[in-house]
Amino acid sequence: MALDIKTYDMIGDNAWCPGCGNFDILAVLKQTLADLELAPHEVLMVSGIGQAAKTPHYINANGFNGLHGRAVPPAVGAKLANKDLQVIISTGDGDTYGEGGNHLLHNIRRNVDLVHIVHDNQVYGLTKGQGSPTTSLGQITSMQLDGVKVNPLNPVSMALGLGCTFVARSFSGAREHLSGVLKEAIKHPGYALVDVLQNCVSFNKVNTYKWYQDHTYFIDPDHDRTDLQKAFKLAQEWEQGIPLGIFYKVERPTLIDRIPWLKEGKPLIDRAWTPQDAKRFLADFQ
Amino acid sequence: MEYSILVGGAAGQGIETLAGALEKIIKAKGFYLFSNKDYMSRVRGGHNFTQIRFSDSPLTGYWPELDIIMAFDAETLKLHSERLKKGGYIICDEKLAGEKPGLLGLPLEKSAKELGNPRVAGTIAMGAVAKLLGFSTEGLEEVFQKEYKEKIREINIKAFHEGYQMVTPLFDCGPEKEDRQILISGNQALALGALAGGVAFYSGYPMTPSTSIMTYLSEKQAETGIVVEQAEDEIAAINMAIGASYAGVRAMTATSGGGFSLMTEALGLAGITETPLVVINSMRPGPATGFPTRTEQGDLSFILSAGHGEIPRMVISVKNPEDGFYQIQRALNLADKYQLLVIVLSDQFFGDSSRTCLPFDFDSLKIERYLQKDLPEDHEHHLRYRLTENGISPRVIPGKFPGVTVLADSDEHDERGNITESAEMRIAMMEKRMNKLKLLQEELQEPEYLGVENPQYLCIAWGSTQGPVQEAIEILNKEGIAIGALVFGDIWPLPLKNLEKYAAHAEKIINIEQNYLGQMARLIRQETGIKCTDSILKYDGRPFNAYEIVQRLKKEVF
Repeated sequence: MALDIKTYDMIGDNAWCPGCGNFDILAVLKQTLADLELAPHEVLMVSGIGQAAKTPHYINANGFNGLHGRAVPPAVGAKLANKDLQVIISTGDGDTYGEGGNHLLHNIRRNVDLVHIVHDNQVYGLTKGQGSPTTSLGQITSMQLDGVKVNPLNPVSMALGLGCTFVARSFSGAREHLSGVLKEAIKHPGYALVDVLQNCVSFNKVNTYKWYQDHTYFIDPDHDRTDLQKAFKLAQEWEQGIPLGIFYKVERPTLIDRIPWLKEGKPLIDRAWTPQDAKRFLADFQ
Repeated sequence: MEYSILVGGAAGQGIETLAGALEKIIKAKGFYLFSNKDYMSRVRGGHNFTQIRFSDSPLTGYWPELDIIMAFDAETLKLHSERLKKGGYIICDEKLAGEKPGLLGLPLEKSAKELGNPRVAGTIAMGAVAKLLGFSTEGLEEVFQKEYKEKIREINIKAFHEGYQMVTPLFDCGPEKEDRQILISGNQALALGALAGGVAFYSGYPMTPSTSIMTYLSEKQAETGIVVEQAEDEIAAINMAIGASYAGVRAMTATSGGGFSLMTEALGLAGITETPLVVINSMRPGPATGFPTRTEQGDLSFILSAGHGEIPRMVISVKNPEDGFYQIQRALNLADKYQLLVIVLSDQFFGDSSRTCLPFDFDSLKIERYLQKDLPEDHEHHLRYRLTENGISPRVIPGKFPGVTVLADSDEHDERGNITESAEMRIAMMEKRMNKLKLLQEELQEPEYLGVENPQYLCIAWGSTQGPVQEAIEILNKEGIAIGALVFGDIWPLPLKNLEKYAAHAEKIINIEQNYLGQMARLIRQETGIKCTDSILKYDGRPFNAYEIVQRLKKEVF
């Protein structure tokens, strides 16, 4: 039986702009957690800085709202400390692919069991409209007045190239699809990157809600999710239509699987230890 | 009785292993020992040396004059021969030996080849040194058992005996005693103290001279059930540790100046989220890459205010391995008690020097977590940052109590942890956090005082210079000079009682520091108005020794 979605409600103001895609993502996230019967205390939302990163403030769950670009390391630290927590990262495209690039790269290698939702609106919202790592080439922004001069990053292709074990893309307006993807991401044992296309009503007048609706399509349900070559091919698509769905999904040992005492044992927070337990190491120096 | 031995050669020649084994032999004979390492920032070649000083009474530093030099390259002869005392000996291969007095050229390489492994030349030399010192071979099997892997143990024992036969005793060490001590380096003591103190998660990026802390903890992972993670950079290292600490385990990271610079943003994160965290900064000379393998106390001013904005922090400088062992677990307890950032300040001299001392007292230690054990009263709407009378909020482990969620936030926040822009809440939260410094005042450790009461000259020192300063004071007191020293361990908040008491009567106050600016003197003047009249500063990357402190005080101060 699903939990009541109200369980995840938080009292207080919301600082998002009316019409922002963040609202859809938040609503879907709450519904997904309710459907999966994950109680608020079992969930940890970790974020960096930005509008998407305010998500932990708008959902009743444990939350760690850290530094810009640095959402992934504390999420990994928390998961290793308490493997029983369902850790979900919520950040934006600038936070994840710009400032936090190095952490993304190495945590795909670590394959720690967490879900990373990237609210990708292809623009910097909170700092008022500069180009982000995913803004299209040539797009005019409040900062790039004669158009963006650097190529956009392709997060899906990058994650595939890095060996990410779960790579998906959805759209904030495709609520049902997003919920399905998130459910699978949460169930996936390993690092799951979910790039969620989302409109920015204030600063991205190109990639609007309607634009995403018109340009996206759902990946064939029969797509073989273990076929890396096909996943790469799909990942290259953009101009002719943006595929949404799970590109790739394989199971590989997670970092915790490779730490036998952590895999077999209790969470680190429940480790029983006294100073006297360390006394035997004096022998190293005797 | 007291002797100093220098073991020198190129990186990759096995100098470190050899010196380590020799130290164990001297210790096994019941002597007090102090050793320190001098090495270059390269994998092979260059010039590295270890200085081993031993005595029948406790030692706190190295001595510049040498009784024995074990030279495995010409560079060692060139650089250190002048330091050889009259009546001292240089042990080297016959090929290196010239006509110098005291030069004992032995067929080290030739014999090693005959034994079937050219790499045991050093062990042959070690056997010779053991004999020179008049050591018996009794009880040395255990040392070889520990120091050499089984594959090469037998041949090393043979080599040792081969060298032992080559010479006759030339020094008198007096009777051998029962070995009741441990021999431990500063970094090992910090790592062992962290294990004792219940560190369960350590994340770090390798950086000299802090790396050996991580190496030791890593070795013990499986046995202790802790997790040591090599992070992609120092930014990740500290943020991971903060995440782990938030989730409820004791977490720690260590680095050196450059890495610490990268961590500064997250220092503030620990501060505003009130997440307990211990960070070790093992100082080396900066700026930028500086002198990667050498020592300095140049980061004090920086760490006192590292990070933007204002957060409470505690800074503890560690003096020697024994002190480091106890201070690190004190730091861990204080971090938990006040939900506070504690920076432990050490340096290359501290980290890479080894000393004999009595085995540490594990039974007196306690792991004090100060965590909420029962369902919190406000469980329906849990306030992570509840404004309590002393400002310390009850701390709950996320996930521990059904229905209770814990929100930590780097933004200014309300009691729940939610972002706020309220001026009133900002004031309340700032005062709550900064009040920790007042609470800390009550449990600061005063600097230790060394020397005669009512000194005419008062020295001020901190951290790892304690050993050399202590010995210098002893030497000068014996000469009848009324001198004493205050050596600070706790640096921030600055303990004032002893400082004000001793400074009131001293004619001259001399700060002894390993930096250019006299950073501790500045801090003291800033906080108390007390001005150091003289300075003994050193910033060549090499550690102080008592001899040079005495000489410089005589020349520059008295």
